[in-house]
Amino acid sequence: MHFDSSTLIPVLPEIFILTMVCLIMIIDLFLDESQRQTTYLLTQISLAVTIFITLLVSSPETQVVFDGSYIRDPMSDGLKVFICIISMVAFVYSKEYLLKHDQFRGDFFVLGLFAILGMMVMVSSASFLSIYLGLELLSLSLYAMVAFDRDSKTGSEAAMKYFMLGAIASGMLLYGISMIYGATGHIGFSEVASAVATSGTDNTVLVFGLVFLVIGLAFKLGAVPFHMWMPDVYHGAPTPVAMFIGSAPKLAAFALAIRMLVDGLEGLHADWQGMLIILAVLSMALGNVVAIAQTNIKRMLAYSTISHVGFIMLGILAGTNEGYISSMFYAITYGIMAVCSFGIIIAFSRKGFEADQLDDYKGLHERSPWFALMMLFVMFSMAGVPPTVGFFAKLFVLDAVISVGLTNIALIAVFFSIIGVFYYIRIIKLMYFDKPVDDTPFEASIDTKVVLSVNGTSLLILGLFPASLLSICTAAFG
Amino acid sequence: MTFELFLFYVFSAALLYAATMVITQRNSVHSALFLVLAFCCAAGVWLLAEAEFLAIVLILVYVGAVMVLFLFVVMMLDVDQASDRAGYMKYAPVGVLIAVVLAIELMLVVGPGNFGLDKFASPIPHAADYSNTKELGRVLYTVYMYPFELAAVILLVAIIAAIGLTLRKRPQTRYQDPAKQVQVKAADRVRIVKMATEKKWS
Repeated sequence: MHFDSSTLIPVLPEIFILTMVCLIMIIDLFLDESQRQTTYLLTQISLAVTIFITLLVSSPETQVVFDGSYIRDPMSDGLKVFICIISMVAFVYSKEYLLKHDQFRGDFFVLGLFAILGMMVMVSSASFLSIYLGLELLSLSLYAMVAFDRDSKTGSEAAMKYFMLGAIASGMLLYGISMIYGATGHIGFSEVASAVATSGTDNTVLVFGLVFLVIGLAFKLGAVPFHMWMPDVYHGAPTPVAMFIGSAPKLAAFALAIRMLVDGLEGLHADWQGMLIILAVLSMALGNVVAIAQTNIKRMLAYSTISHVGFIMLGILAGTNEGYISSMFYAITYGIMAVCSFGIIIAFSRKGFEADQLDDYKGLHERSPWFALMMLFVMFSMAGVPPTVGFFAKLFVLDAVISVGLTNIALIAVFFSIIGVFYYIRIIKLMYFDKPVDDTPFEASIDTKVVLSVNGTSLLILGLFPASLLSICTAAFG
Repeated sequence: MTFELFLFYVFSAALLYAATMVITQRNSVHSALFLVLAFCCAAGVWLLAEAEFLAIVLILVYVGAVMVLFLFVVMMLDVDQASDRAGYMKYAPVGVLIAVVLAIELMLVVGPGNFGLDKFASPIPHAADYSNTKELGRVLYTVYMYPFELAAVILLVAIIAAIGLTLRKRPQTRYQDPAKQVQVKAADRVRIVKMATEKKWS
């Protein structure tokens, strides 16, 4: 094998973040309770430097190193940068929550950084082996984070459910990978793709493996009928963990789908398109309809996530570059929206009060007009109302689906989106037209307020100027 | 039937029997012991497939370390078997149905139709001085270096997660601080009080 130190250059972001997380872990050991802020600051600095390094090593051409285990291309660069940005924002809100609830511990940030490393590995893996290991790294960190509040019964229950179902999903995925290895004799995506191209697509073993791959993928994305863990985990996990699970890992799950289905098995597009159509339609239907019945805003957001996952799958199943671009745009947009919605929940919570009931949002406008406006942006964006960015995300996906002739599917998507608008608008109605039941003054630290404002207005600004984000996504599939 | 084929059938039959017993035994200690048997049989099958190193590692790591630990945990826990069984019969039909469907699908796919000798030539047996361990080591630290490092990171996360979830300081727990114990001086422990004599001894 050929190896020199230049091989390591594309991997620098991962190497840096791993080094930093080990350092932070050791530094955190020697800190007093009062100095815990240092851990948080170091975490944010390492993420910022990781973004910088990712941009530094980025280039338009594709590099594959480590004997076909690692790939660096424009898609991985773009997704890594957004994963880091969204996680940084999520950590700002998390710090607010942890301080308010006296749970400020270093292991939250250490596990979070490990999860980010796992996502980055997934985003730039070029073989089934490394993508599986990245997924396990991400999942293992998330299981531990869900159980972060050890005295909470719902938290432990959610962690247990998440762990069990996650383990089954990983098993399914591994079984599918072993079938594909059996059929092609390779685990690298490009080798698998060429083996599929030569051996033909009417191979029972390949399709059998593909079914298991898609099941594993649907579990991780949270698509119906493999969504059962999502509402319980969102509800039971501490709010910052629910926020973390609901935002950046969706980008990694998108990369998982693209790497496995498009990079590896694009030859079987006809087969996986049908499977994804079923998953996407069911997700949009069940997510949007069941969300209406929720009274807990975290559960409602979980079902809303399920419906958004349907849209992300819709773009992928189109099977064209346009579809992948729209899907990536949707995933990034969704990450920004999700982190903002949970940020507002955290900003309104205080010790002993989680602010997770819909009724807690009554009359929010009178208590804090500015943050009620931010919540309005998020809800409009999630519902897909112009001029917010959520509208363009839905528009691009629908456009891609219609251009491949799946007009019926697009109509179903629009139909269920309209149903979904109801529960988003209901929150706006509660905030603006109902009397507040709780007059406790709104308290949040200044950095949370600033970041929340930027995050909320970014939904509007990206909606007015979607070209900047779109150009990043277009470059990824150029 | 060659002797190797005979051994294969023996190991496979024992493996299937042990695996079935693992999930049907009422006593969890018995289940764990049957799992040990299942691992040993699987190791036998792997030996027949010329994967000596993996077979030995399976016995050393899983049987020798993991299962022993597992048995300890099972013995420590007070498992309420009656409540574990509740709902067993309710879900059994669905479970059996799924298992049967999956088994039939598997037999159809992983049968000789797709993996027969006409599709894949039978592997050539290696020479007696062929070292399976050496070959594995050669690719593990070169071609598969990146996945190898990732696996190490996953183990690190597992350690952190386990410690993070179980280690907690309880304020009511009494514990010794060796540093303080070592530093203690006689003066800290015994206070000699000088007193004037109050009553004359007679």
